Amino acid sequence: MDFGFSEDQTLLQQTVRDFLEKECTPDAIRALWDRETGRSSELWAQLSAIGLPALLVPETYGGLGLDERDAVLALEETGRFALAEPIVTTAIVAAPLLCHLADTEHAAFAASWLERIAAGDARVAVASANQPLVSDAHVANLLLLSKGDRLYAANPDQVQLTPQPANDQSQRLFSVDWDAEKTLCLASGEDGLSLQAEMLDRGAFGCAAQLLGVADRLIEMGALYASQRKQFGVPVGSFQAVKHRLANAKVDLEYGRSIVHRSAHSVFTNSPSRSVDVSSAKGFIGEAARFAAGESLQVHGAIGYTYEQDLHIWMKRAWSLDLAFGSGAWHRARVGDALMDGGLSAPHFGYEPRDL
Amino acid sequence: MDLTYTPEQNAFRAEARSWLEASVPKEPLASFDTLEGFEAHREWEKKLHAGGFAMVPWPTEYGGRGADLLEWLIFEEEYYRAGAPGRVNQNGIFLLGPTIMEYGTPEQKARFLPKMASSEEVWAQGWSEPNAGSDMAAIQTTAIRDGDDYVINGQKTWASRGAYAHWLFGLFRTDPESSRHKGLTFVLVPMDTPGITVRPIEKINGKKAFAEVFFDDARVPVANRLGEEGAGWGVAMATAGFERGLMLRSPARFQSTAHRLVKLYRETVAAGGFVDSALRNRVTQCWIRAEAYALNTYQTVSRLLAGGKIGAEASLNKIFWSELDIEIHTVALALLESHGELLPSAPAAGNVGDWLEGYIFALAGPIYAGTNEIQRNIIAERILGLPRK
Ligand SMILES: Cc1cc2nc3c(=O)[nH]c(=O)nc-3n(C[C@H](O)[C@H](O)[C@H](O)COP(=O)(O)OP(=O)(O)OC[C@H]3O[C@@H](n4cnc5c(N)ncnc54)[C@H](O)[C@@H]3O)c2cc1C
Repeated sequence: MDFGFSEDQTLLQQTVRDFLEKECTPDAIRALWDRETGRSSELWAQLSAIGLPALLVPETYGGLGLDERDAVLALEETGRFALAEPIVTTAIVAAPLLCHLADTEHAAFAASWLERIAAGDARVAVASANQPLVSDAHVANLLLLSKGDRLYAANPDQVQLTPQPANDQSQRLFSVDWDAEKTLCLASGEDGLSLQAEMLDRGAFGCAAQLLGVADRLIEMGALYASQRKQFGVPVGSFQAVKHRLANAKVDLEYGRSIVHRSAHSVFTNSPSRSVDVSSAKGFIGEAARFAAGESLQVHGAIGYTYEQDLHIWMKRAWSLDLAFGSGAWHRARVGDALMDGGLSAPHFGYEPRDL
Repeated sequence: MDLTYTPEQNAFRAEARSWLEASVPKEPLASFDTLEGFEAHREWEKKLHAGGFAMVPWPTEYGGRGADLLEWLIFEEEYYRAGAPGRVNQNGIFLLGPTIMEYGTPEQKARFLPKMASSEEVWAQGWSEPNAGSDMAAIQTTAIRDGDDYVINGQKTWASRGAYAHWLFGLFRTDPESSRHKGLTFVLVPMDTPGITVRPIEKINGKKAFAEVFFDDARVPVANRLGEEGAGWGVAMATAGFERGLMLRSPARFQSTAHRLVKLYRETVAAGGFVDSALRNRVTQCWIRAEAYALNTYQTVSRLLAGGKIGAEASLNKIFWSELDIEIHTVALALLESHGELLPSAPAAGNVGDWLEGYIFALAGPIYAGTNEIQRNIIAERILGLPRK
C-alpha cells in the first residue's frame, strides 16, 4: 500500500508544466480562439515531442509505455494551463482502447493507429454513450463512435459534422452523422458494450484529472489577485470573508484530488469498482471546480467579469469539463444507484462493513 | 502508487478482526460522559491493552506493537467494523502520546506512555480558559517556578472528560511578564494535586462531558514539564497537528457512519418512507465524501511514511471531517422524519438508533480542536498565502 507518487512521475508532471507554461499562455490560447479550427498542429507536434499523446501507448508502438498513475499528474497540468487540444480523447481514451484490439481481427488496424498516435500524427475524437456531442471531431484523423452495442471507427471522410458552438471558446463541439453500414465496426455485443463503458470511464477520468489543474489555477488566481488588490487601504485578501471563500474552495479541491488519484489507479488496474471510482471522482471534482470558479470570480470583483481578464478562460474550462463525459449530476447518480440499488460494485476503500 | 495491501498487512487485518470479533462487548457501553460509562470504557481499554491492540503504532516497550501508520489505519477500519467502543483516553493516546514521543525525555516516556496505553491514567486536555478560546495565546493561568516545583494559579475550562480524568496536560504561563505565544510552558498535571478543584459542565444533552478546572497554588514538579520552559506553544502546536491532522478522527469512523446512512436510506425506501431525489443525492454525497476523507488520509500516511510532515494541511482535514460528520447525521435525521426527534427510550423509537446523539456530538466538531473559522484562516494565510492584514 503506497498512495504516493514516484520521482519519475513528478518529474513528468514538471516537464509538462514547464512546457505548457511557455507554450500555452493565455495569449496563445486567445490567439487560437480566433482560428477557425481553434487548434494548432504546431502545438500538437510539440506536445507529441514531449510524449503527451503517447503516454499510454506501449513502447512496441513507439509510445512511452506509461500508465494512468503517471498520466494523472501530467493531465492535471493540461488543466492548469487550459490546454484545448484533444489529449484526453487521444491519449487516455483511444490509445488504450486500440491496445485492447491487439488480439482481435483488427490488430493491424489498431497497430497502425497506435504508431500514428505515438508519432504525433493522429488526433482521435470519441463519442461515448453519454456524450452525444463530439469534441474535436473537426481535427480528428480517427473517430471512435458508439451506436447501440457497437463501437465504430470512422475516417474523417466518412462523417458529416455539424458545428455546435459552445460557451467555452476552447471547446469545439460537433454533432456527427455517419452511415454505420459503411463504417468499420470494431466490436459489438458484450465486447462493444464493455469498450464503450471503458471509453466513458476513461474520458471521465481524464477530464477529472484536468479539472484538478483548472480548480487549482482558479484558486491561485483568486489568491493572487486578492493579495494585490487594495480597498480600504488594505489588500482585499486580508478580509476574512474573502479568505474563507478561497479556503473553502481549497478544501474541496484537496479532497477531490485524493479521489481523482485513486480513480487513476482503478482505471489502471481495471478494478471492479472502476466505474464507481471514476464517477465519484468526476462528480466531486466537477462540482469543486465550478465552486472554485464562482468563488474566484467573487473575490475578483468586476474585473473578473471582463473578457479581457483571463479568469474566464478557466471558469469556462471548469464548466465545460464538468459536462464532458457525463455531468456531475449524472456521475453522482451513477454512484447513488450503485450504493442504493446495487449493481455496480461500490466497496469502501480499506473499510469493509460487517453487514452489507 | 500501489493501492493493494501486502500479505503482512492482510494478515494483520485478519488478526485484528478475529481478536475484535471475540472481544468487543456485545452490548454498547454507557456513554463515557458518565462516571459509570467512563469506568466501563476504561475496563474495555484494559482488555484492548492486554490483547496488544491499545495503541498499535506505539513501540512495544510503551504498550504498543510497533506497527506503522498504515497498520494503524487498518486497525481502525477493523475497530469500526467491529462496532467497538469509543476511546475514552483519546486525548492521551492520540494527542499527548505522540507529543511525548516527540518531546518527552526517556524518563517521561517510560513514566507516562505505558499507563496511558492501558488507560490506567486517563488524560484531559487543559488548553482553553474563559478568556482564551480561539485566541489560545491569551492564556492567563500561571505556573510560577518555585524550587523544583511549578505553582499553578488560575482556571482552565471545557476540559473533555475533565470530571473523571486522572491527569491533565496544559499550557501555562511560566513567565508572568510575557505575552502571547512567548512564556508559555507545556506541563503535565495530576488531577489529585492539592489546590485543584474540578467543576463538571453539562453539555446540551445534560451529560457531564467536560469540566472547569480551578488551580489554587497547585504544586507540580518541574520534572512534569514537556519540552523547554517557555517553549510550550511549539509543543502544543505539535499536539494540535496530531489532533487536526491525523489521529483524532480516523477515516473508518466516517466510512462506517456513511455506510449506516446508506443502509438507513435503503430501509426507509423499503418501508415506504418519504424520500426524494435531493435526499438520495445527499446520501450519495456523504458516502463519496467519507471515501474522499479515507483516500486523503491514506495519502497523508503515505507521505509521512516517505519522510514527510503534516503542516497546515491539518486544517483542511479538521474542516472536512467535522462538516461531513454533521451532514451525515443531518441527512440521517431527515430520513427518520418525525422519529428523528425521539430518544432511543421512546416506545415508538424503532430504528432511530443513536443518530440523534451522534448529531449532537457532531455539532461540536466545528468548535473543538480549533474552530473551523480559525482553520479557514490558517488555510488562507499559510497555504494560499493571503495577507494577514
Ligand atoms: C465538545 C467540546 C469539547 C472540548 N474539549 C476541550 C478540551 O478537552 N480541552 C480544551 O482545552 N478545550 C476544549 N474545548 C474548547 C474548544 O477548544 C474551544 O471551544 C474552541 O477553541 C473555541 O473557543 P471558544 O469556545 O472560546 O470560542 P470563541 O473563541 O469565543 O469563538 C466564538 C466564535 O467566534 C469565532 N472566532 C473567534 N476568533 C475568530 C477569528 N480570529 N476569526 C474568525 N472567527 C473567529 C469562532 O470561530 C466562533 O465561531 C472543547 C469544546 C467543545 C465544544
